[in-house]
Amino acid sequence: MSVKHALLALLSEGPKYGLQLRQEFEAGTGEVWPLNVGQVYTTLQRLERDGLIRSEDDAPDGPQKGFGITATGEEELDRWLHTPPDLSQPPRDELVIKVLIALRVPGVDVHEVIQSHRRYLIELMQQWTRLKEDEAHFDVSFALVVDAELFRLDSVVRWLDAADGRLKRAESEKLLPGSAGPRSEPGLPKMRRRVGVPR
Amino acid sequence: MSFLELHDVSKTYGDGPSQVHALAHINLEVEAGSLVAVMGPSGSGKSTLLTIAGSLEDPSRGEVMIGGAALSHLSRDDKARLRRRSIGFVFQDFNLLPGLTAAENVSLPLELDGSRSSKAHAMAMQMLDELGLADRGGAFPDELSGGERQRVAIARAIVGERRLLLADEPSGALDSANGEAVMRMVVAACRNGVAAVVVTHDAQLASWADRVMFIRDGHMVDQTSQPIGPESLLAGSSQ
Repeated sequence: MSVKHALLALLSEGPKYGLQLRQEFEAGTGEVWPLNVGQVYTTLQRLERDGLIRSEDDAPDGPQKGFGITATGEEELDRWLHTPPDLSQPPRDELVIKVLIALRVPGVDVHEVIQSHRRYLIELMQQWTRLKEDEAHFDVSFALVVDAELFRLDSVVRWLDAADGRLKRAESEKLLPGSAGPRSEPGLPKMRRRVGVPR
Repeated sequence: MSFLELHDVSKTYGDGPSQVHALAHINLEVEAGSLVAVMGPSGSGKSTLLTIAGSLEDPSRGEVMIGGAALSHLSRDDKARLRRRSIGFVFQDFNLLPGLTAAENVSLPLELDGSRSSKAHAMAMQMLDELGLADRGGAFPDELSGGERQRVAIARAIVGERRLLLADEPSGALDSANGEAVMRMVVAACRNGVAAVVVTHDAQLASWADRVMFIRDGHMVDQTSQPIGPESLLAGSSQ
């Protein structure tokens, strides 16, 4: 997450002090992402160095020093808001790797591995939903953060469900490694097999 | 005390080589005031579990107890009375009667159980009011949105003295906002003492439950542990 751009966004509303920025940042993210004071001031110093913000006065560094956004800072904020995050390269997902490895390890039931991860994810989702049940109804920022996390976890559960079903079908058709039945030759184009590997 | 109990319940269909084991040795207890989700893929047996829990179908073996009464000891009429008075059903496709208004759909089970029409109507309107549908009581199902129809279905399921709510993919046909509204209603009913079972393949829906059971090929294979407080999510957040 870009603390730099979050601070620029807060300053786009008007000049603010460092401590105020920290409090508003935490409130704006539903207090899900705490921020320490040191990180705020380090980031403010870099922003000032790069000409994206300026000190409002000559006060010494500390909680009473105010900052305002510059025109360059506003341009940078607008550019960042409209630039999609780089999702073109899939990450090396630890869960995907574990399921792939579980397929190869003798004596390991991949469906049990999948189920243990599924259970953990649902338990995590239960906790996030409790937060929504208790508080999010009254705080839009917080609800957005919780929804984002629930949708992210939900997508992982859906992948596990799909993997579970795909593996069952593969088992019934004897297509898994080590099975005696017909195996499809690895005819995938190289481009697909390189997916997720950093260059 | 558990309001719903399934003890070693199995269900098979057919005979011989074509025999299908829909459920095998299912044990489940649902306390009054708690929501249990049963999660599994299509064909895992979760809908069969719901129909057996709701006395719509008999198990091949095992026992179902509702409110302390063993269903195997009840006559057909007794079971029908139990369903009318104590059990509410919610289905994905709402199952509202198209020729009746929202209020009439909600009051129907009360009238079938012998309540006077005026009293049943008043109770139905009160329930619709609680679910934010006070001004939609006179509307017919085809005049309601999907979300409104499901809220009417929930009102019908919990009106009166119903103590057990059984829901099959209750938000499956709805968008996420309406799905969440439906689950908030189910949770609210539970906080008022209703025992509820929701069967679903949807993780977001299941995450509203106090406990999630996982069913695969008719077997209950796993369940979540007691959820810890959500505070840990905030305390452990990184920057």
